[in-house]
Amino acid sequence: MSVDTPAKVIPAARKITTKPRVSDQIFRVIVTAFSFSALVILSLIAAFLFIKGFSTLKEQGFGFITNFQWSVTTDDAGKEITHFGLQAMLIGTVVISFIALFFAIPLSVMTALFLTFYAPERVKKFLITIVDLMAAFPSILYGLWGFFVLMPMAEYWAKLLHKWLGWIYIFDVPQPIYLRSPFIAGLVLTVMIIPIITSVSREVFAQTPLDRVQAAYALGATKWGVIKAVVLPFGANGVVGGSMLGLGRAFGETVAVFSVLNIVFRTNFQILFTQGGNVASMIILKFGEAGPAEISALMASGLVLFLLTLFVNFIANYIVNRTVKSGR
Amino acid sequence: MTTNVKPMRPWAASNRDRALTGTSVLLSILSSVIVVQLTPMKGKLAYFAVFFLSWLVIDSLFTIRKFGRKGIRDALAAKITLLGATIVSMSVASILWATLTKGLKGLNLAFITENMRNASLFDPIGKGGVLHAIIGTLTLILISIFFAVPMGILTALYLTEIKGKASGIIQFLVQAMSGVPSVVAGLFIYAAIILNTPLRPSAFLGGLALTILMVPTVTRTSQEVLNLVPMDLREAGLAMGATQWKTVALVVLPAARSGLITATILGVARIAGETAPLLFTVGVFDGYNFNPFFGGTGTLPTVIWGGLGGGTSESVQRGWSAILILLIVILILFVLARTLGTRQFKKKQA
Repeated sequence: MSVDTPAKVIPAARKITTKPRVSDQIFRVIVTAFSFSALVILSLIAAFLFIKGFSTLKEQGFGFITNFQWSVTTDDAGKEITHFGLQAMLIGTVVISFIALFFAIPLSVMTALFLTFYAPERVKKFLITIVDLMAAFPSILYGLWGFFVLMPMAEYWAKLLHKWLGWIYIFDVPQPIYLRSPFIAGLVLTVMIIPIITSVSREVFAQTPLDRVQAAYALGATKWGVIKAVVLPFGANGVVGGSMLGLGRAFGETVAVFSVLNIVFRTNFQILFTQGGNVASMIILKFGEAGPAEISALMASGLVLFLLTLFVNFIANYIVNRTVKSGR
Repeated sequence: MTTNVKPMRPWAASNRDRALTGTSVLLSILSSVIVVQLTPMKGKLAYFAVFFLSWLVIDSLFTIRKFGRKGIRDALAAKITLLGATIVSMSVASILWATLTKGLKGLNLAFITENMRNASLFDPIGKGGVLHAIIGTLTLILISIFFAVPMGILTALYLTEIKGKASGIIQFLVQAMSGVPSVVAGLFIYAAIILNTPLRPSAFLGGLALTILMVPTVTRTSQEVLNLVPMDLREAGLAMGATQWKTVALVVLPAARSGLITATILGVARIAGETAPLLFTVGVFDGYNFNPFFGGTGTLPTVIWGGLGGGTSESVQRGWSAILILLIVILILFVLARTLGTRQFKKKQA
């Protein structure tokens, strides 16, 4: 007599696969497709501005960058003669942006240091809110404020500068007209880029390795000693990167600069005089009454501006990403 | 018997220190008044500069007495950084104050309940309003949300959930995209759509231009929020047998919900006041236009722009009042984003 042994049922080996389900595949394809939207949009911008600006670029050649004349005239035969050159505007843009950086970098670094090291907790929170708020103000608000509030004050500062430093070429003026100058436009841009540089600097300063900071304190350093020996060397790259982000913003700023700058197609380095250039503002200045030839020139200007800011931003982000590890 | 040991706080300011600080500030104010009165220097700038310089000197003298020579530099650094922070706060205060005082003058019931159909920019204040522009701006914002939020969140999902090979490049491109000048966004829509298709300036095209500016903000903030969602949650979802799609849809996104709303709000705050792209893309209209695909639309930024360009005191006044409304909207969004953002953060800490 034997015991009944039930037939052993050996289940078939479960198939193990790393292949994602169909739903996952669809999900991945959709998400990946959308993630390329940034690439698509950026290339579309470059492509369309190039196509529409091509006739100008072809006609003016390299002179589009190096000439400073901007005129559309009709000769006796009724043929249009066009001169489009961006030199004055490009140099003007750079001049204004550097004025802005000149004031904004020290102010931002000072604010960031104060925030990180000297401010009491409550003041710190308040100041961070203020800086974030500055970044949220629309540029047209800066334009209005710059024109009606800052300009009267800045005119007085410009006169002071001219009085004491007028013997230096850039502070000299051919005629005593100080309103709507690159100097004032630079001041407005200063206020606009301060939040960018401040927040990047603050992030970098806050990431200074704590052991190094404490080591410096243990050696008897004062706060300033710590800042000078540890924080600033560590954060220098971040400040540079943040400043370049600010520079990118300053290059592309349109409405605020337009409100406070007298745009003239002549290369001018006398920053207190009411004559300046700015590519972005020039575009909206000329757009209103532009004919087809001029529209094409404006598209080409837009392309130049786009490539310029893209280039500055690439470098800035490269530096910032290398320095700031978290966030961003 | 218990004794309560009172903690010693040798670094805290004693009454003597406070008195010294007060004295140095008072002395500096005094000296600034004296100097400005006695010398030909005049004006607020002179007061400010003299006060600050004499404060530096007087307070340094006190510092030498207490901390010796080494303390001076620290004291100077503290004051100079404070100067930077003060200048920054003063500019913000000046902007807010100017907007409030100048904007309130032109604000009345008609200004927010009527349109400009039967009034011109140059009419006396009290006639006509900007309701059409408020509606126009809201329309634009809705259109941009419709395009930018899915695009931004999906890109963020690619960067945080799929982490594909192209992550690095896409991250870089998104950052580059946030640097695209707003005027270029407008020119692009003009070049690509208005010059090539029968579509004319309308709210829809304006919304498209703003989308370009909004996507990077939404992407970045959503990415930060999604990175905050604990890995445990994802692993738990997958361990229960859910597919990645289900985990993301039912676990990750709900966990990050308030953060994603914050991202949207920050994006809206970024574009609500953009002016330059709208000059190319929305056209002009003084009345209500409820068709986003056809005909011009009035928006707050373009109304402000027109007011500033008008040049008369009435038109500029309308500009200031309109910007006050715009600023209030942005401030509300800002506060909303902050409160939602901090709530998310607290939840994470607990």
